[in-house]
Amino acid sequence: MANTQGTTGLVGWIDERFPLTKTIREHLTEYYAPKNFNFWYYFGSLALLVLILQIVTGIWLTMNYKPSAEEAFASVEYIMRDVNWGWLIRYMHSTGASFFFLVVYLHMFRALLYGSYKKPRELLWLIGVVIFVVLMAEAFMGYLLPWGQMSYWGAQVIISLFGAIPGIGDSLTLWIRGDYVISDATLNRFFALHVIALPLVLVGLVFVHIVALHAVGSNNPDGVDIKKVKGPDGKPLDGIPFHPYYTVKDLVGVVVFLIFFSVVVFFAPEMGGFFLEHPNFEPADPMKTPEHIAPVWYFTPFYAILRAVPDKLGGVIAMGAAIVVLFFLPWLDRSPVRSIRYRGFAFKAALALFVVSFLILGYLGALPPSPGRTVLTQICTVIYFAFFAVLPILPWFEKTKPVPERVT
Amino acid sequence: MKKILITLTLLALPGLSLAAGVGYPLLTAPIDPHNKASLQRGAQLFVNYCMGCHSLEHQRYNRMARDIGLTDEQVQDNLIFTGARVGDTMKNAMARDDARSWFGVAPPDLSLIARSKGVNYLYTFLLTFYEDPSRPFGANNAAFPNAGMPHVLWDLQGMQRAIVETHTDAEGNETEVVTGFQLAQPGSMSPPEYREAAADLVNFLSYVGEPIQLERQRIGVWVILFLGLALVVFYLLKKEYWKDVH
Repeated sequence: MANTQGTTGLVGWIDERFPLTKTIREHLTEYYAPKNFNFWYYFGSLALLVLILQIVTGIWLTMNYKPSAEEAFASVEYIMRDVNWGWLIRYMHSTGASFFFLVVYLHMFRALLYGSYKKPRELLWLIGVVIFVVLMAEAFMGYLLPWGQMSYWGAQVIISLFGAIPGIGDSLTLWIRGDYVISDATLNRFFALHVIALPLVLVGLVFVHIVALHAVGSNNPDGVDIKKVKGPDGKPLDGIPFHPYYTVKDLVGVVVFLIFFSVVVFFAPEMGGFFLEHPNFEPADPMKTPEHIAPVWYFTPFYAILRAVPDKLGGVIAMGAAIVVLFFLPWLDRSPVRSIRYRGFAFKAALALFVVSFLILGYLGALPPSPGRTVLTQICTVIYFAFFAVLPILPWFEKTKPVPERVT
Repeated sequence: MKKILITLTLLALPGLSLAAGVGYPLLTAPIDPHNKASLQRGAQLFVNYCMGCHSLEHQRYNRMARDIGLTDEQVQDNLIFTGARVGDTMKNAMARDDARSWFGVAPPDLSLIARSKGVNYLYTFLLTFYEDPSRPFGANNAAFPNAGMPHVLWDLQGMQRAIVETHTDAEGNETEVVTGFQLAQPGSMSPPEYREAAADLVNFLSYVGEPIQLERQRIGVWVILFLGLALVVFYLLKKEYWKDVH
């Protein structure tokens, strides 16, 4: 019996009841992606890979982890020593957290390079920024779970930031912690949010992100619209089916990624104290404040912006604004040219300065403050925001190059 | 008390605390995790000298036996002084409240000390005890000033006297800095023998910090070799598919 997809047998039987072949065609074998993807286009599929790795290793960790202030630290060591392959699962999860941010930062940088946030992909970008924010919450809550000194005091510092909000600050921090200090109650709720609530939200958002991507189609390093030039068969001349072309290409990316990932997991799981901080091998002690509390590296740029402002509330606002401003990017950048390849010197210089200041902020955020460092942090904070401030007026100074009709 | 804690924390972050300039310069611990004889000597030193006060509550005796090349019987007969069985973790009998009143702070569990403080810190700590009558147990430490811990290895090392220099900063504040040591009273070991013993002990604590470390690296080599092979295969597959994309 034939159906609209022309399939028979078992698949035909399913297709009459469920859009199996239709979905595979629309999203894989007949989803046309530009043929000129370069290095920067690996990080989307890699982010999906790390998400799956985190979920799978996370499930196995919860089988032995105990979310209680009394037992949490020891249960992690139990996983590291007594659970078969527990050390591998735990290192994959802790290394995966850092690689998740590495991959996501590179994925976001790609969008900046090629203007992937511009019309018609504004919503795609917005969903992506929401994913980034949820990912930060997910990582922050996960970091409390090992219940080491840095887990405890890092959470203490970050939650106390909410106390800077006038009026409701104190009751808000109390509501978040469920206690007057970080305690068993906090650990339990963070565990619930980390293993159920936020992963559900993340998976849902990633699904929506991909749906939005497939609705508008992928951008490419030339920033040209491949749907404009179609062959007689109605297929874009510069497009190739995602499967098999990009599945086999992304597989190469996956293996290269796994090599870097394995080097860290097997040979440097602490990554010199950046992926697993040394003080976190000491159990949480509410009576003993570490002299220097630094968040994990992926939060340090924003932590540096927080410290750049001398006033606590001002710092919190600056840090919040550094993230919120990302939502406005599609409307701040008014240049009609998408890709950096055809944009002028002004944009290239602005983007370079932005990236350098972000990296310096990340470096400084990991160090204890000193007067000289604070000044440098403030300069970089100004550059960070200045990038977004100059974007709307850049087209007045910028000499863009003509954008080709077809990909190069 | 607060000062000790601050110093302790600073020492925990060697890379980050340079700006503060606290503490004696760290020595490099000459340790070799493959050297089982050294690990066995370290285990022996630990149970004889450290374990009265410090536990290894995450480390099992039989895991240690297997990893450092001893039998369960050897461990049971020579290294277990409590009523513990060989499958137990290496706890001790000192009550934390007693310990706190005797030393000011309860001696910490040392299961993860090599990972939180670093092996070089531990090695330096073990080598830089010196005579200081102002301290309750008559000894101070250059790596951990005003440590609550007595020099329990003094009968091995003997007692050193510190060579102290007085530094005056721009504002005229004087600080005393320990720059070196002189052996005032020899112990049962010569200085090179004692340095080796300290290295053995640190080697053992480094093993205890992460018992899987050697196995992890051994497996890692195979994983990366496999991935290297997979990379060749997937690269050729990609090249074959992409032949017709121009």
